[in-house]
Amino acid sequence: MSRTVGTGGAQAAPPSPVRTPLRSPVRSPMRSPLRGTALHAGAWWVWALGLATAASRTTNVLLLAMLVGVAGYVVAARRTDAPWARSYGVFLKLGLVVIGIRLAFAVVLGSPIPGTHTVLTLPEVPLPHWAQGVRLGGRVTAEGLLFAFCDGLKLATLLVCVGAANALANPARLLKSLPGALYEAGVAVVVAMTFAPHLVADVQRLRAARRLRGRPDRGLKALLQVGLPVLEGALERSVALAAAMDARGYGRTARVPRAVRHTTSALTLGGLLGVCAGTYGLLADAGGGYGMPLLGAGLAAALAGLRLGGRRSVRTRYRPDRWGVRAWLVSASGAAVAALMIWAGTYAPGALHPPAVPLGAPELPVWPAVSVLVGLLPAFVAPAASREGAMTGGHRRAGGQRSLAAAAEGDPRPLPRPPLEGAPAFPEPGAGPRPPGRAQGSAPARAVGGPEHPGVAGPTPKEAP
Amino acid sequence: MIRFEHVSVSYDDAPRPALTGVDLTVPEGELCLLVGPSGVGKSTLLGTVSGLVPHFTGGTLHGRVTVAGRDTRTHKPREMADVVGTVGQDPLAHFVTDTVEDELAYGMESLGVPPATMRRRVEETLDLLGLAPLRDRPLATLSGGQQQRVAIGSVLTTHPKVLVLDEPTSALDPAAAEEVLAVLQRLVHDLGTTVLLAEHRLERVVQYADQVILLPGPGAAPVVGDPASVMAVSPVHPPVVDLGRLAGWSPLPLTVRDARRRAAPLRERLAPLTPAVPPVPDAGPPAPVRRVRGAAARLLSRVGRPAAVTEPGAAAAAEVTGLAVRHGRVDALREVGLSVRAGETVALMGRNGAGKSTLLRTLVGMHEPSRGTVRVGGAVPHRTGPRELLRHVGLVPQEPRDLLCADTVAAECAAADDDADAEPGTCRALVAGLLPGVGDATHPRDLSEGQRLALALAVVLAARPPLILLDEPTRGLDYAAKARLVQILRGLADEGHAIVLATHDVELAAELAHRVVILAEGEVVADGPTAEVVVSSPAFSPQVAKVLAPLPWLTVPQIRTALGEAS
Repeated sequence: MSRTVGTGGAQAAPPSPVRTPLRSPVRSPMRSPLRGTALHAGAWWVWALGLATAASRTTNVLLLAMLVGVAGYVVAARRTDAPWARSYGVFLKLGLVVIGIRLAFAVVLGSPIPGTHTVLTLPEVPLPHWAQGVRLGGRVTAEGLLFAFCDGLKLATLLVCVGAANALANPARLLKSLPGALYEAGVAVVVAMTFAPHLVADVQRLRAARRLRGRPDRGLKALLQVGLPVLEGALERSVALAAAMDARGYGRTARVPRAVRHTTSALTLGGLLGVCAGTYGLLADAGGGYGMPLLGAGLAAALAGLRLGGRRSVRTRYRPDRWGVRAWLVSASGAAVAALMIWAGTYAPGALHPPAVPLGAPELPVWPAVSVLVGLLPAFVAPAASREGAMTGGHRRAGGQRSLAAAAEGDPRPLPRPPLEGAPAFPEPGAGPRPPGRAQGSAPARAVGGPEHPGVAGPTPKEAP
Repeated sequence: MIRFEHVSVSYDDAPRPALTGVDLTVPEGELCLLVGPSGVGKSTLLGTVSGLVPHFTGGTLHGRVTVAGRDTRTHKPREMADVVGTVGQDPLAHFVTDTVEDELAYGMESLGVPPATMRRRVEETLDLLGLAPLRDRPLATLSGGQQQRVAIGSVLTTHPKVLVLDEPTSALDPAAAEEVLAVLQRLVHDLGTTVLLAEHRLERVVQYADQVILLPGPGAAPVVGDPASVMAVSPVHPPVVDLGRLAGWSPLPLTVRDARRRAAPLRERLAPLTPAVPPVPDAGPPAPVRRVRGAAARLLSRVGRPAAVTEPGAAAAAEVTGLAVRHGRVDALREVGLSVRAGETVALMGRNGAGKSTLLRTLVGMHEPSRGTVRVGGAVPHRTGPRELLRHVGLVPQEPRDLLCADTVAAECAAADDDADAEPGTCRALVAGLLPGVGDATHPRDLSEGQRLALALAVVLAARPPLILLDEPTRGLDYAAKARLVQILRGLADEGHAIVLATHDVELAAELAHRVVILAEGEVVADGPTAEVVVSSPAFSPQVAKVLAPLPWLTVPQIRTALGEAS
């Protein structure tokens, strides 16, 4: 702790009076997810998919913007500082890219929407007759652009909703809730997800290395040239991880009687076939009669197969998430938004899909808008991250103790270190706070982790539950 | 506990076996240290214990390895998981999950330990390793020492009888390494865990070992014995052992304390002599301790800006004043001032995350300063194009392999000449000097760590930059490779190159640097001649300095030369 106090600027750098007060809000405390109170990851996904379903039911720009706003507000209020929580920005950008691409297509390939307000006219490329129906260039109308924008915004909103779930729910913990038989697939997904940030870091490192070689580090060519080394690095890392997992007991299986194994295969395969056939029956007009029962039976068989398959796995689960009242409320709010929006499609179809022709400002239908606001519920009922930072504007408890703890959390090395580390300047020989005998190269017995070694033995007796 | 019976391992594409004639036993509850030069098969030997060699890596294992009675030939690594815990050099490559608590539980989940037991063991392990305050933290946000402790904890929860560690402290700063070693020591003492450990940094670990296994060379049979007797013959040894051999002490001291107790006569002999300090070219006033901070620095930088345009390159290879760099919300550097003259070698030290790498990267323009000025030979790094900057400064990154992109050494050199607009053959000539005996057709991947570092250095040197920066150059190097590196860098400094190296290796700094700059939390906390800075700080002082304090001797070669001249 002494270190944290010392670096607050008060002792170490007296001549910078401006800097000191500026630092504390900037270096906002780390908000880490607390396991005990964390919301079930599934609840966040139900909520987010509810919002996404609602988004897929409308092209009204105002409603879509509200959905994005609702998702964004909840993320801002309830996300943690975990690495996955930072993905939200990426999804927002991805949404913008989607809108951009949709607009570009509308400009280049034209739009089926008849319009009268011409924005610009591109030279039309004459195409052979077999490409009839495809148009390159030509008139670009405001109506067509508006329609494309609404369409793109719908997709972007879907992405933002998925991004919100991604930022709020720990993906690894969601996969822990999968049935045992799917566990291995789940691990593969988790590993793949943790790989993405590694890849990004690799690309950055190698681009920096290109700069060291005196080559340009910007541009597409630079990015392409680091591709191969990045892939090599990824491959090496995956091999190392596979070795580590193997050495830690991944893939140990229990012996299962042959009969059970065969039943499992039969149930799973039969179930999947049933699901396929049932779905076909439901979708095809002819088989309306057998579709539903077949689908149900297939699902049941597949689930039974999965359950039985779980017997092969010897795994146990460490502190699985509990689905509590808050989880019910959060998921219900998402489901409610979806249900209300679907219902709104029956009583106010015009407001949900404002026509692109003629041009006009979309109006905000009152009841669907109110139902979108139901999605804000998680911002109030979901458990907050362990420490609220400046971003949420949350309540700050007064007192030095909190700020200390917060500073320690935000610090890359919050663990109390041997007192030597805390010394703001390096003392004269013999004047150090730590006896020289404890330094590296000292007698072995001294470093066993006596009570004066806070890194090892500090919190031991008190914090054992 | 671990029995090797006539073990040899050969890989299909290798001309000779990676390991031969290993026939030894590691008794229960011992901390056994595995030492030897690079490339003698230390990692292979460690791998045979967990069964990863040959089940995972391929190759052929002759003989038999048994751990707690289980034969690795018939048990796959996953079936050994409850008796052997393996931790590698890079903890990040070991992590499967993303938070501390989940990582600790992962191994037990795989083994099917009942939930109640898992919960209890996780809590116990959190306390044992001092990880309780970090339990909910994402692994990526931990420091190196914390990550290594989590990695050890994650294999401890399954209560293995044997712990196998491959260079657990190589990447750590001295304090973090102590953290990890204290944990190991505690495991051996309190839990009776058998620990088999390979490490290059012998000065950190040799005093903790009960038994040392020395692999003297490729294909040679191992030498086993108590640490003192093995160190007496070992080609790799820490400075304190080197000093003991020089002074002819017997039995050899392994700890600074033992050596100090015997050092009185040596101190007397050395008292009238003065250590040969490598002369700093440009015999100006001794390196001033610069500390201009706060408002004064800001004022200076503001006033100095227009003047800086006309300022010539002068003697300073790099000039940094009032530098501040921010990464997102974190202040990586604050009010840093540093000036490096031609021919001077400066060591940047400080714990992981203190801002050493950031400072080096700012000098090559990878980070834009948020305040203050950086001049490298008159150029502003972040405003200068990479090609132009190459003539002023070169950086060998922490992972030298990042710099290398070609398939062969020859192609690499050609590319380097091309990048630097140097005469064709410049880089190849440098490689020949730094790395005699490496063929043109060798793939850079097949070189050892030390060779790869030398190749990367040659690539950087092709442009003849007056300032050379090295980030953690001794990571993964054995003593021989380190000695070569010291020679090379001394030669470069004599030619007038300014060198700045960021390192945790106090011995390297003592041997090489004219000046040591210590960074903490992005600020310069000490800056002065090596002898003064290093001797006054217990964490950063080399072993020889500790033994001979208060005499200002830093390295064994210094003493060897002085004694040689005196006699």
